[in-house]
Amino acid sequence: MRRVRAEILSTRRVGVYHSLTLVAPEIAERARPGQFVGIAMPAGRSFLLRRFYFIHQASRRGGWAGTLEFAFEPDGVGAEWLGSARAHQFLDVMGPLGRPFAFPRRLTNCLLVAEGHGTAALTFLAQELRARGKRVDMIVGGATEEAVFKPIEVKRVSQTVAILTGDGSLGTKGRPVEALPEMAEHVGAEVVYAAGPRELLRAVAEFCREHRIPAQVAVEERMACGIGLCFACTVPVVRKDGSGYDNLRACVEGPVFNPARVLWDRWMADIPRMLPTPPGGSPVVGSWPG
Amino acid sequence: MAGVKRTLAVDLGGIALSTPLVAASGTFGTGREGGLLDTRRLGAAVSRSITLAPRKGAPSPRVAETASGLLWSVGLQNPGIDAFLADELPRLTRTGIPLFVSIAGSSLEEYVRLASVLQDVQGIAGIEVYLRGEGEAQEGEPFLSSAEHVVGVVGAVSRLSRLPVVAKLPVSLADLVESARGCVRAGAHGLTIDGSAPGMAIDTARLRPEVGAISGFLSGPAVRPFTVRAVFEVARILPEVPILAAGGVWTGNDAVELLLAGAWAVEMGTALLVDPSAATAAADGILGYLKHKGLASPADIRGRVRIPEPGTGEEAG
Repeated sequence: MRRVRAEILSTRRVGVYHSLTLVAPEIAERARPGQFVGIAMPAGRSFLLRRFYFIHQASRRGGWAGTLEFAFEPDGVGAEWLGSARAHQFLDVMGPLGRPFAFPRRLTNCLLVAEGHGTAALTFLAQELRARGKRVDMIVGGATEEAVFKPIEVKRVSQTVAILTGDGSLGTKGRPVEALPEMAEHVGAEVVYAAGPRELLRAVAEFCREHRIPAQVAVEERMACGIGLCFACTVPVVRKDGSGYDNLRACVEGPVFNPARVLWDRWMADIPRMLPTPPGGSPVVGSWPG
Repeated sequence: MAGVKRTLAVDLGGIALSTPLVAASGTFGTGREGGLLDTRRLGAAVSRSITLAPRKGAPSPRVAETASGLLWSVGLQNPGIDAFLADELPRLTRTGIPLFVSIAGSSLEEYVRLASVLQDVQGIAGIEVYLRGEGEAQEGEPFLSSAEHVVGVVGAVSRLSRLPVVAKLPVSLADLVESARGCVRAGAHGLTIDGSAPGMAIDTARLRPEVGAISGFLSGPAVRPFTVRAVFEVARILPEVPILAAGGVWTGNDAVELLLAGAWAVEMGTALLVDPSAATAAADGILGYLKHKGLASPADIRGRVRIPEPGTGEEAG
């Protein structure tokens, strides 16, 4: 990971999202799908913490070499400030942060499920999978048509696509997870990847466990430092040998996890302190096929 | 002023630091994160707080941003003293920066056992005793809620320790000045005055507390005036005792403010989490201030805040 002063090359609106392209060759060269960047807020303001966003695009070759794109909703003071940033302005950027998605070595048929800005991370993954000769199919969605991130690019990078929106303004009415069983069977999914709200990730975890399909999900948790120092962004994850669980940092041990090992109830409960600690004999789950 | 040899070095009563800037507990990682934290101008660092047995820590979410503040509740997540000594300490000390090990416990016995274990460990500069009560009630009162408990723990640790012991006193502690005096009398080498205060924030849309532990502690620039006042009050009673100020230091000027209030060194926490080179920038800021004032070292600023005398016409209206 690097920390750089990066110039904004361009900014644009993509539906409900802002998309920023930066000149950041040190980060772009190393960026892999599932990783993210941390953007510092301006000095002397009341919002202190960096904002963290999935990398949507990192160009290593061609005319755009050395550029990096990420997208976000203007959903708070920091994101609104960032949304008002203009081309040629400089940002203090750390990245690439976190552990990326792993690519399957033998299995071919990859189904990618994303909702909201999770789609930004998974279109990057789709490109990298296709570059490795994998078949990619995608299910994407959002609350409205405007919240479906770059549907045309999604169609470009995947064999078949299912689009679902909460209000039915684009594609089918519903949430992406509803299309999962049919799509998985239809495309013969051998591996599933997901990014988006926790409810989606948990549903993907349950589906894949039931159908014995290996999966990887990119989680989001509130962060302070983004580089492993503060232990703010932890997720409860069962140990490989099943002997209990550890609170792992989404920023350095994640954000990509095997969903079969995440203790979703503990992580998502409103009052997790009321949950009993799981007994020593947690199930040992299959590891990534590699 | 010509001929002044300027330095950032400070001496905490026999503990030599190259700068008065210290990475606060919980900002120095485990030694495996590598890379981005700029340690060039750190005079020392404090480890995350270590307990006897491993602790899972607090439920998610553990942080929330508030106006100029960071509300946090990590709940002392740590691997326990044995795993810490085996896996983390060797990496943390490899940096060459003097390291204080922060210890936390739920009982007097736990603190004593932790301190005993550390006596045989090579390469650490001292022990910082974390003193926020999270343990069971003793005789009806929560552990560490009174000056008596705090002084009891610090005294027990200091008596058995060959390493310098620094007591980290929360400003929210009832009778802070009395506790400080008691800790020093009981054998503490120094004090960290910790400006983080208990706090809570509520997500109004979801009608839920912002942090999983319901309430947490507030850090960041929002709390700096708490730290300044507490350091000022303690330092004027105990001018000979090394005081580290923790809570709200972001810039060189913030550090100077706390030195003027009476601190010998300052700890940086939230600032380092946001800006891994905050200590380097702060060091430059302190040097700039010394140069501007024609002074040689941070010790020349210590406790130099001028309090107007009544009747001179200087007092506030």
